[in-house]
Amino acid sequence: MDSLKSREILEILEKDSRTTAETIAGMLGLAPTQVKAEIDRFEQEGIIKHYATTIDWEKAGVEKIIAFVDITVVPARDVGFDSIALRIARHPEVTSAWLVSGGSDLSIMVEGTSLKDLANFVAEKIAAVDGVTGTNTHFLLRKYKEDNVLFHDIEPDNRLVMSP
Amino acid sequence: MPEKNISGQNLKSLSKTASELPQSGIRRFFDIASQMANVISLGVGEPDFATPWTVREAAIYSIEKGQTTYTSNLGLIELRREISKLNFKRYGVEYNPDTEILITTGVAQGLDLVARALLDPGDEVIIPEPCFVSYKPCVSLAGGIPVPVETNDTNNFQVSLAELEKKVTPRTKAILIGHPSNPTGAILERETLIEIVNFACKHGLYIISDEIYDRLTFDGDHVMVASLPGAFERTITLNGFSKTYAMTGWRIGYACAPPEILHTMMKIHSYTMLSAPTPGQKAALEAARRGERDAVLMAAEYKRRRSLIVGGLNEIGLTCLNPGGAFYAFPSVRSTGLTSEQFAEQLLYSKQVAVVPGSVFGLGGEGHVRCSYATDSKLLKEALVRIGSFVDELSKVSVQPQSPKQKTDQLV
Ligand SMILES: Cc1ncc(COP(=O)(O)O)c(C=O)c1O
Repeated sequence: MDSLKSREILEILEKDSRTTAETIAGMLGLAPTQVKAEIDRFEQEGIIKHYATTIDWEKAGVEKIIAFVDITVVPARDVGFDSIALRIARHPEVTSAWLVSGGSDLSIMVEGTSLKDLANFVAEKIAAVDGVTGTNTHFLLRKYKEDNVLFHDIEPDNRLVMSP
Repeated sequence: MPEKNISGQNLKSLSKTASELPQSGIRRFFDIASQMANVISLGVGEPDFATPWTVREAAIYSIEKGQTTYTSNLGLIELRREISKLNFKRYGVEYNPDTEILITTGVAQGLDLVARALLDPGDEVIIPEPCFVSYKPCVSLAGGIPVPVETNDTNNFQVSLAELEKKVTPRTKAILIGHPSNPTGAILERETLIEIVNFACKHGLYIISDEIYDRLTFDGDHVMVASLPGAFERTITLNGFSKTYAMTGWRIGYACAPPEILHTMMKIHSYTMLSAPTPGQKAALEAARRGERDAVLMAAEYKRRRSLIVGGLNEIGLTCLNPGGAFYAFPSVRSTGLTSEQFAEQLLYSKQVAVVPGSVFGLGGEGHVRCSYATDSKLLKEALVRIGSFVDELSKVSVQPQSPKQKTDQLV
């Protein structure tokens, strides 16, 4: 498949992972079987990692405590940042982990059910890792946008129902 | 028109020209559709996207700073410069921002200005149809006489030179074209445009070219008429921000033309409009400078929807050319045995899907309906399901044989 169409399949799924192969085929002028095969390939090769849902938990009435932790690290000989990063990232409390430029080295997102839990987790399981020289924790107060979506009431379609 | 006697008062009649101006054929459907619940409208002639945030934000900022006065009659010079640059970059056409570009209150006003600048009472303007609903009224209101020329789906809505030659008279002043087309979505091929330019040269005519959908072409680049040999000095290019940048409500367009024509339009504008809305001009400036990313993303989305709707309509048996641009599909409904009005009305009442009957767009429109795909693809799919079941039900009750399903004709 031509690489532009391939990429477009990914872009469509990134915006709405529930778009069916048939619909994507219709949008791109491809056969549904072609699209299915391409999506299978993406999944097998780990290009598509998984299909998630963006949820406004606050609106759902569920309390979640989220924090961003900036971590400074002394990279271990031979393996650099990767082994420390993975060691941290494997904890289920860690929902995302990135290597970043700037004053800190790793930036992670952690999720828990209480402030105390999270603080303990960071102190015991992150700060205590060999090679970690410092952590700086920021608790999330409010979400405005996530995964390209504003956490804001959707504006109704105000257009006239018919226009020239 | 006779003088009327309203509530005992002695009162002269309204302008004959204005009174006789027909109401837009969309009106009746609008009234029905807007009373209905659960309508999916494919009848909307404007983008479903909000104006890009960078544009809205720039406009808010300018309002905060109190930039709310008139601008020069021609419009903000910075905006004219950006338009000039973009025209040159995309089409190699150079319009001088000081003397050849006028910021209008939408292409709608540009049409009005150009008609008034070119026409004396009785002058004729050749207009290929089906076409945008404002073309004829603008000509009539300026005292001119619109002379429609039919185009149709058998030749991809291309204008035929032979037909043009048949319509030309000593009173013909101009030819008015819109491409990509509202309502058909058809583009005019380069060869067709060259024929039109040569025709205009031969008869000494102006060319009014409405190119508001120039950035919504899906299978190749738009051809700007003024870029063709012999066209520049006789062409008035009308364009705007409404469609490319999803900015219909801001009411900003522009006219580009050689100095004498533009100056004449500007004079009229200076008395009747003074200047286009200033916040809108500021917004347009931001769109011209930083709107490209959003414009490209929106165009890509329209292209996907085009594929969905054209494929879907053809599958239902409503033969539909693959439109090269804009955001309209113009399927034939002839296979149902209904007129375009009947089709649109019955579809609306029975399935709550609003489309516009092709007949309101003039000659060549009967037998078609205009389906706008400036609508979210989920709704488009639901609309296609409803249209499909409408057509199925029709064929069950109909005594007429259904014409066989036809494959998509590709517009080149
Ligand atoms: C072909 C065509 N010309 C002009 C216009 C009017 O555009 P504007 O918003 O710039 O007045 C439209 C809007 O529907 C259109 O489709």
